[in-house]
Amino acid sequence: MLQNYLPILIFIGVAVFIGGVMMMMGRMLGPHRPDSEKLSPYECGFEAFEDSRMKFDVRYYLVAILFIIFDLEIAFLFPWAVVLREIGMFGFLSMMLFLGILVIGFIYEWKKGALEWE
Amino acid sequence: MTEFLLGVWNGFPGWSQTTLLILVKILAILLPLILAVAYLTFAERKIIGYIQARIGPNRVGPRGWLQPIADAFKLMLKEIIVPTNANKFLFIMAPVLVFTPALAAWAVIPFTDTLVLANIDASLLFVLALTSMGVYGVIIAGWASNSKYAFLGAMRSAAQIVAYEIAMGFALVGVLMAAGSLNLREIVLHQEGGIHQWYLLPLFPLFLVYFIAGVAETNRAPFDVAEGESEIVAGFHVEYSGMAFAVFFLAEYANMILISALVTIMFLGGWLPPFNVAPFTWIPGLGWFLIKVSLILFCFLWFRATFPRYRYDQIMRLGWKVFIPVTLVWIGVIGGAMFLTPWGYLFH
Repeated sequence: MLQNYLPILIFIGVAVFIGGVMMMMGRMLGPHRPDSEKLSPYECGFEAFEDSRMKFDVRYYLVAILFIIFDLEIAFLFPWAVVLREIGMFGFLSMMLFLGILVIGFIYEWKKGALEWE
Repeated sequence: MTEFLLGVWNGFPGWSQTTLLILVKILAILLPLILAVAYLTFAERKIIGYIQARIGPNRVGPRGWLQPIADAFKLMLKEIIVPTNANKFLFIMAPVLVFTPALAAWAVIPFTDTLVLANIDASLLFVLALTSMGVYGVIIAGWASNSKYAFLGAMRSAAQIVAYEIAMGFALVGVLMAAGSLNLREIVLHQEGGIHQWYLLPLFPLFLVYFIAGVAETNRAPFDVAEGESEIVAGFHVEYSGMAFAVFFLAEYANMILISALVTIMFLGGWLPPFNVAPFTWIPGLGWFLIKVSLILFCFLWFRATFPRYRYDQIMRLGWKVFIPVTLVWIGVIGGAMFLTPWGYLFH
């Protein structure tokens, strides 16, 4: 059973190795002539006049929070969907009740304008 | 000669024999995959060229067929620039972090009934987990570059990927309800019997949502605001050059092929022929799989040539206000049909 997962572990190792080797090859085969202009952050010909780690729109943060709620819900739905035949009608209706509660929350955040990007 | 080789082979201890065999199998998947990625870039330039009444690349080799190889060598010989303000370690690590999951997810993809490296029961869960990993690389790349454009691109890209991942996850739940298994091979076997058995028909809205979310997830046009060359230059990888950029590029194309393979497996019956009659059954399973994957990949390129880029608020509206309600309703419809109507067999 568990040895079925061995190829996956090796596969991940090989993938990391290939990525690493490609980066190393670029470093070894390419030239390396740094100068201060080349190494400054890209800014359309300007000197950077502000720190790039600036304030950003709070809506990105909001999206991240909403994502956690919905992603957790998907994590609940996965095992439920697999055994749906065995748990039958009762299982189906209980999950619909759960989804219904979540949909009420979804409608609330929709009406509150949490999903607006004007 | 054969006996000598067999003798050497038997001289290895048992664990290293298994490991070597696995390594050979992995290379048998990875080498064609990397070749496919290289020639997908070529196909993209050619197809979009012809759609726009141009010829596309035609100088390197006969009819341009050596173009991807020339591109690879050029990128290899370019300098990798690491900006002074950048966080060096994270800056170098980010491309590898995007690249690894794009390759590693192929460990569980069933190419035919028997041709699958790791036939595990939780393969769909594994794929979902790995495809979610890519967003870390994007955020780290944008943050470590310490450049405004990279930072903006990373924020956009992360919010977009995250929003469409929910729709994607819900679409997967629909497939799971129909198949009753997390094993990708069994999901295909449940669609046995011809085109009317494929999940394409009963789960058609989920197919659309999954495919379009897949296009958004890979940051492809028309959802490529993360790159947005006309506004934020190249988004999160603006500071990357040479091989470091090439790794991002390869990861994007490997992800495109991966999404196509998943769409094929979950909605288009994987390696199964569309009709179980003579001329269709002559083509082997792997042939059908590749034909279907190529068809989906062609759609990716076709979208890019056809649709103008979405605005960011339109992307977010589509993700949150259209796809999530559609998938939620369709999960209810599937469940209702399974238990309450005589058409439940459609989903069994």
